[in-house]
Amino acid sequence: MPAATLNAVRENQASALAQAPGPRQLRSAPWKDVAFEWLTRLFALLVFSLLAGILLTLLAGSQLTLQKYGFSFIWSDAWDPVQEDFGALVPIFGTLVTSAIAMVVGVPVSFGIALFLTELSPAWLKRPLGTAIELLAAIPSIIYGMWGLFVFVPLFQTHVQPMLIAAFSGLPLAGALFAGPPIGIGMLTAGLILSIMVIPFITAVMRDVFELVPAMLKESAYGLGATTWEVVWRVVLPYTKVGVIGGIMLGLGRALGETMAVTFVIGNAQRLAASLMAPGNSIASALANEFTEAVGDLYFSALIELGLILFLITTIVLALSKLLLMQLAKSEGRRT
Amino acid sequence: MSASLIAASVIAPANPIYRARRRTNFILLTVSALALAFGLFWLAWILGTLLYEGGYALARAALYYEMTPPPGADGGLANAIGGSLVMVAVGTLVGTPVGILAGTYLAEYGRGGWLSGATRFLNDVLLSAPSIVIGLFVYSIYVARVGHFSAWAGSFALALLVIPVVVRTTDDMLKLVPGSLREAAMALGCPMWKMILTVTYRSARTGILTGILLAIARISGETAPLLFTALNNQFWSTNLNAPMANLPVVIFQFAMSPYENWHRLAWGGAALITLAVLVLNIVARALFHKTD
Repeated sequence: MPAATLNAVRENQASALAQAPGPRQLRSAPWKDVAFEWLTRLFALLVFSLLAGILLTLLAGSQLTLQKYGFSFIWSDAWDPVQEDFGALVPIFGTLVTSAIAMVVGVPVSFGIALFLTELSPAWLKRPLGTAIELLAAIPSIIYGMWGLFVFVPLFQTHVQPMLIAAFSGLPLAGALFAGPPIGIGMLTAGLILSIMVIPFITAVMRDVFELVPAMLKESAYGLGATTWEVVWRVVLPYTKVGVIGGIMLGLGRALGETMAVTFVIGNAQRLAASLMAPGNSIASALANEFTEAVGDLYFSALIELGLILFLITTIVLALSKLLLMQLAKSEGRRT
Repeated sequence: MSASLIAASVIAPANPIYRARRRTNFILLTVSALALAFGLFWLAWILGTLLYEGGYALARAALYYEMTPPPGADGGLANAIGGSLVMVAVGTLVGTPVGILAGTYLAEYGRGGWLSGATRFLNDVLLSAPSIVIGLFVYSIYVARVGHFSAWAGSFALALLVIPVVVRTTDDMLKLVPGSLREAAMALGCPMWKMILTVTYRSARTGILTGILLAIARISGETAPLLFTALNNQFWSTNLNAPMANLPVVIFQFAMSPYENWHRLAWGGAALITLAVLVLNIVARALFHKTD
């Protein structure tokens, strides 16, 4: 049949359908389909461009300091709102040190918890225990901060810090890390509280990836006489190492950007100190403390550039974490 | 012969190497159990402190109907509770539809396309992005332009935190809907939009609801993005275009102050928020597991 005739037949059918009395659904207009698809696509595009939007906004907001200082902003330790001289070194240092402490404490603990929940826990305890650990993530960060300041800091100051100082301050290199009076607040306290806060995130990822290990692999190792620990350390961990690193990076991303808990206990001192006991400052807590009180365009711009630096660091860490976890998901099923 | 040797070594390990391995195993598994105890210890300690310190404040009825007081006077948190409820509600109402529609695109239309892949990736980054940066963003694009802090800005910042959570759960839950359901609907002549609205949404309903509840739980305690957007207000305010009191910022200011009565109120507010957030979390989990 020639195309023209075919079209004519189609039109006839269409008009017959349109005139035919019948259920409304049959005559549903195709534009609704297109409209709905575009509506959802529009919002997907919105989410897609959100990160870029944040980046551009922060870049625009920090124009003044970007032009005035360039890269030297990052390694200048000045922070003088009166003389209008700003640098990001102290908050960057504080952010990195507290996050490092959080990782040193949080990662082994999370690994232990994930190991217990996947290999040791009786089946009926798995869910309640897992939920309890996940609830640690549900507690708002301001609660951690408040509890840290009023409950943890006094105990830490009177009982733990003097012990640490007595034990370590005599040592040649580590001594510098534990020098100074026990004042309770400071980078060590902030790092410890952060470590509690990242435990649920790292544990959740580790648990998920440990569950991915084929039972066959573990049973083979057990069959050869391996102990539970050897199975975990030599079979489960090597199999899931990409995912485990992804989980650690996720926890790191969380720790770097954590604001309120750190603001309460870090001490907000604008100086560089080698001692972990000394008060310091982190990017997020500098923002939380100073932003609403900042006067002057340059001061604002410096704070927004701090936010920009934090945003870049966390985005890179989180993107890496996501890439690693995707890699594990992709290779899942290929390796047996 | 070798089999009996192995059997003997399992029952009573005479081999010193094997004994050492078993000892290592025992020690490290004990350490793992201690790690779990370590995690639970902090949870118990924090919740215990909140109940102990906040219990008294929570039991006082004035907490719920009196305004935040000046230092040294008695008062309540009524304006902060009201403001928090308003902003969380507006934030959820704005963020949820955006999140659900974007999640729908990822799971239903964009499967395998570049846009959905990239959006899923960026959304996951956004999910863990520091909330204080979201606050800075809203400050720069809205508060700085308008020239004053407002509850709208606060709600907008909270909505930005809701979106990634809802996108993620909607996407995950829609992907769990079996393809045969979709095909059945399409085979009956149902257009795609109607299929999504009446078939896939319906079967993923509880999952999506769980995501919304978790998002509400997350924003209820968020402080950092509200510092630069909604700020605070000593009085009861229903004007969304003006600064509005809210629990997290009030807790922050009161806890950092040197006044004893403010500290007590801050503990009350902290206990209130934590209770609400934990209840939301547990309800969301129970809901989700019931459908599993």
